[in-house]
Amino acid sequence: MVKFNLKYQEMTPLENEITTLKKELVSMWILVQSQLNKAKEAMIQFDKDLAREVLVKEKRVNSFELKIDRDCENIFALYCPVAIDLRFLLAALKINTNLERIGDIAAGIALYVVESSVNFDVKALESTSIIRMYEEAVNILIDTRTAFEKEDTVLARSIFKRDDVLDAINVNAPASIGEVIKADINSMPEALYMLSIIRKLERVGDQSKNIAEEIIFYVEAKILKHYESSNRKIEGED
Amino acid sequence: MEHTVVSASKFNAWFGDNHVVKDVSIKIEKNQVIAVMGPSGCGKTTFLRCINRMHELIPGATAKGSLKLYADEIYTMNPIYVRYKIGMVFQRPNPFPNLSIYDNVVAGYKLNGLKVAKAEMDNIVEKSLTSAALWNEVKDSLHKKGTFLSGGQQQRLCIARAIAMEPEVILFDEPTSALDPISTSSVEQLFHELKANYTLIIVTHNMQQAARVSDKTAFFYLGELVEFDETKQMFTAPKDNRTQNYITGRFS
Repeated sequence: MVKFNLKYQEMTPLENEITTLKKELVSMWILVQSQLNKAKEAMIQFDKDLAREVLVKEKRVNSFELKIDRDCENIFALYCPVAIDLRFLLAALKINTNLERIGDIAAGIALYVVESSVNFDVKALESTSIIRMYEEAVNILIDTRTAFEKEDTVLARSIFKRDDVLDAINVNAPASIGEVIKADINSMPEALYMLSIIRKLERVGDQSKNIAEEIIFYVEAKILKHYESSNRKIEGED
Repeated sequence: MEHTVVSASKFNAWFGDNHVVKDVSIKIEKNQVIAVMGPSGCGKTTFLRCINRMHELIPGATAKGSLKLYADEIYTMNPIYVRYKIGMVFQRPNPFPNLSIYDNVVAGYKLNGLKVAKAEMDNIVEKSLTSAALWNEVKDSLHKKGTFLSGGQQQRLCIARAIAMEPEVILFDEPTSALDPISTSSVEQLFHELKANYTLIIVTHNMQQAARVSDKTAFFYLGELVEFDETKQMFTAPKDNRTQNYITGRFS
């Protein structure tokens, strides 16, 4: 009888490419996370220099996006990936776009700091839950990265629920910002900036949720996009 | 069921003591292109050869279990009749070297002593060569030897020879592995056209070819049919880890 000597290879060239791509995505993730954190510090400390640094580094985020897009294109062309490799590359392309958009959001917040003539009142930042929202948005982004690195779909599913916290603060924003304006009509310009920041942070939650969907798609081959939110909650509780 | 052309149920094949095909159960539907893939020695070609009783031509070869063409057990049918109904095209183009293109196409009739009127024979030749996308290239040289054709043309001549017998199923054993990319492309294009009238079962080592041409793919490993599913499903989200490891090249 023919003996089948079936053993796993060290690493195929495609696996090497995918490992490199994964490392690049993680590096981009760390940069975007740092941008978001720096924009937060700039907002709280009203540090215009730090805000400008975020704006300058936005170009690096954009370069990462272009590099990762090109690398994906090359892998598709040269290796014709299938199954989990194909799903990984499709997910990588979308995660890349989502991360770049979060980078844009960090730059957008930094720009408000640069443009605003008066600093944001820390008490108002707290009463409108912006700081809490910001911390949660950053934590969600960190956890999506961990889920990606560890291929942990349980952690990825937990992101859906946590995004609800950001949504709730966003829904409550007109009332909380209204209170800030009521307390001091002169604070209207920065209050409007704060409202814009809340809207942007809500988008960070959405982008992270999209990334979590891509992680689940690539690891489990399940498509959760446009899944009814009630169904998703049930899935997330499993 | 009329829609199922070939079906196997717990089908096994041996070469002496060597158990090559193990408990294979599969249903192949009419007018579909089925790709059969797996590592060398996994039993895929043996299974293919069992379908038209070529397997038993090797001394010591035995088979057990059910293998049907429609409702009829292939192993109780007349093997000659089985091979009318289930044609085969091999890895290397093998036209009869001493026969003309015309005679190659109708070799099945002549070698079996089937009497067919000249006009009808002409009609069979034209129809078969047209179906094999070769008519326009050879219509003016039908009486030249088949071996004068290029490799890709010779393979299409072999396909025309199989078609001439009006089979239900055509088996292909790595039909393009000896062809250049242009000839491969023309044979692959032919698969798409042939499936309107025939059921095609193709053993291939070329996974991209399996992905390009087939509706469903079967993955064999160590004699077992590990997975049989829609090709799109197999190449995006295979259910079995062994399939995934094979198609992503993680087996050596």
